Amino acid sequence: MALDKIWVVVDRTGDKVAAGSLELLSKARDLGGTVEGITWGDAAPLAAEVGAHGASALHTAGDLGGGLPGPAVAAAAAAQVAAGNTPDAILVPQSYDGRDIAGRLSARIDRPVLTNVVGLEASDGGLVTEHGIFGGTEILKARFAGDGPGIYVIRAKSFAAEPGDGGPAAVDTWDVPALGAEGGATVLASHVEESEGPKLDEAAVVVSGGRGLGSADGYKLIEELAKLLGGAAGASRAIVDAGWVPYSHQVGQTGKTVKPTVYIAAGISGATQHMVGMKSAKNIIAVNKDAEAPIFSIADLGIVGDVNKVLPKLIEALQQRR
Amino acid sequence: MNVVVCVKQIPDPAAPARLDPATHTLVREGKLILDESDSFGVEMGLQLADQAGGGEVTLVSMAPNNETSGLRTALAMGAARAILVSDPALAGSDALSTAKVLAAAIKRAEPDLVIAATESTDGYTGTLPVQVAELLGFPSVTFSKKVTVGDGKVHVERQTEAGYDEVEVPLPALITVTAGVVEPRYPSFKGIMAAKGKPVDQLTVADLGIDAGQVGAGGARQEVVSVQPAEARAAGEIVVDEGDGYEKIVAFLEQLKVI
Repeated sequence: MALDKIWVVVDRTGDKVAAGSLELLSKARDLGGTVEGITWGDAAPLAAEVGAHGASALHTAGDLGGGLPGPAVAAAAAAQVAAGNTPDAILVPQSYDGRDIAGRLSARIDRPVLTNVVGLEASDGGLVTEHGIFGGTEILKARFAGDGPGIYVIRAKSFAAEPGDGGPAAVDTWDVPALGAEGGATVLASHVEESEGPKLDEAAVVVSGGRGLGSADGYKLIEELAKLLGGAAGASRAIVDAGWVPYSHQVGQTGKTVKPTVYIAAGISGATQHMVGMKSAKNIIAVNKDAEAPIFSIADLGIVGDVNKVLPKLIEALQQRR
Repeated sequence: MNVVVCVKQIPDPAAPARLDPATHTLVREGKLILDESDSFGVEMGLQLADQAGGGEVTLVSMAPNNETSGLRTALAMGAARAILVSDPALAGSDALSTAKVLAAAIKRAEPDLVIAATESTDGYTGTLPVQVAELLGFPSVTFSKKVTVGDGKVHVERQTEAGYDEVEVPLPALITVTAGVVEPRYPSFKGIMAAKGKPVDQLTVADLGIDAGQVGAGGARQEVVSVQPAEARAAGEIVVDEGDGYEKIVAFLEQLKVI
């Protein structure tokens, strides 16, 4: 198998290409061969950016008529495969809609998926994936067997998004076969939850809180510290599950992947689920009562102590410097 | 309204996980427990069946060695019965094969609504529920953080990058729920006692009309190439706070030119 043609699912929010898809387009371009994007809705506003990141074509499943992207995009792509237009690999960002598309496409073309991919390398004409397991302490490499394209679902920030000198991608519309009941979900309204300061997955400094804060009230310390450092406030799954903070703050396997210059983990023990989302931070500072907490094994600076004592002093010291 | 909740029985996440050195699959031995991620789905299923004015919650699970200890927890919470697919032929199955087996088992319960967690705690491929929906020919809504039912429809608040979408989907449908969507109840003593007598239908791959060669390690169309320790981060400085721990952080942030 050669890598002559790679499809990349181009996830979007309005007329903006999702950062994760730009990363995958850049990686696909580096792997060689033809790169084609697959999206939904009006593709024209995306063509320049998608082209600059390496795609020669951008196919769209067209207007979804209020439906979710998963069924339509998967059905359109599966119809192409069935008609003999088969890529060698399909790269999908591990986003909300990306996973829907990958799951449905997998069942439609009867090919399995490899998810949580954090690295890809060409090998023997195919691709070998890398996955961080057990909180990233071990790297598992895997590949597809059998005929047909592999579907790779790739975590955000696994590759760098680098625009090149490619012109706009050529836009065309793929036919979507009748979806039947599968296309039955309708989006009635979209709500944007505004948050102050930089976005969690783009911030240079991320301050996250966990159970060690003791109560929902304790999270104010995290927000205060994040604000003082011009950063974003994150959270462990434990306190999101407990209802202390909204899910949009969650860092980890099921939440956001962050890669800031500085990550401060306060009252977070460092469960596998959390480490997956933050271990690539350039510098990690951890504050935790338990000296045995796994988070200390990846911390550049670890303070064994009570966050409710350390953070107020830190906040005070930073305020005095202003 | 009949609800199927997909549940996974996993090794205790508190115990260190490891891979079988020969097969590179997760070692799932010893007592299995209900994946905490699934307790939210079980609770949601019970609440929605109640809201709809009746109906049963059926659990569907796949596990080695006819393991039922995790299922008993969910039965004690209030689920009516369980379907357990257990077959040595399933060892090493990839997610798509697992989806095929689960879809076949779910069909038997003739559900109006199928609920699954967004992903499991131990394997977390995160695409299985949607594969199941596609195989069943159902619409699906993933990452549901609020769910209500009425008039033959499910109304969902679905997590998005920017906030959330309100999504409506006609039954039958499949939804995945995020952790924290509802507060899972603790099984009562009465519930625990009642769970012992609730039916658990144990099925094999052949019972579901699936060719054993299509599932398990033999049918898997993905393979592990290698497993190696990751490049470890250089050990950092760990200090015990004596009231001046914050100064260390200030100095470190200064050194990084963050402040």
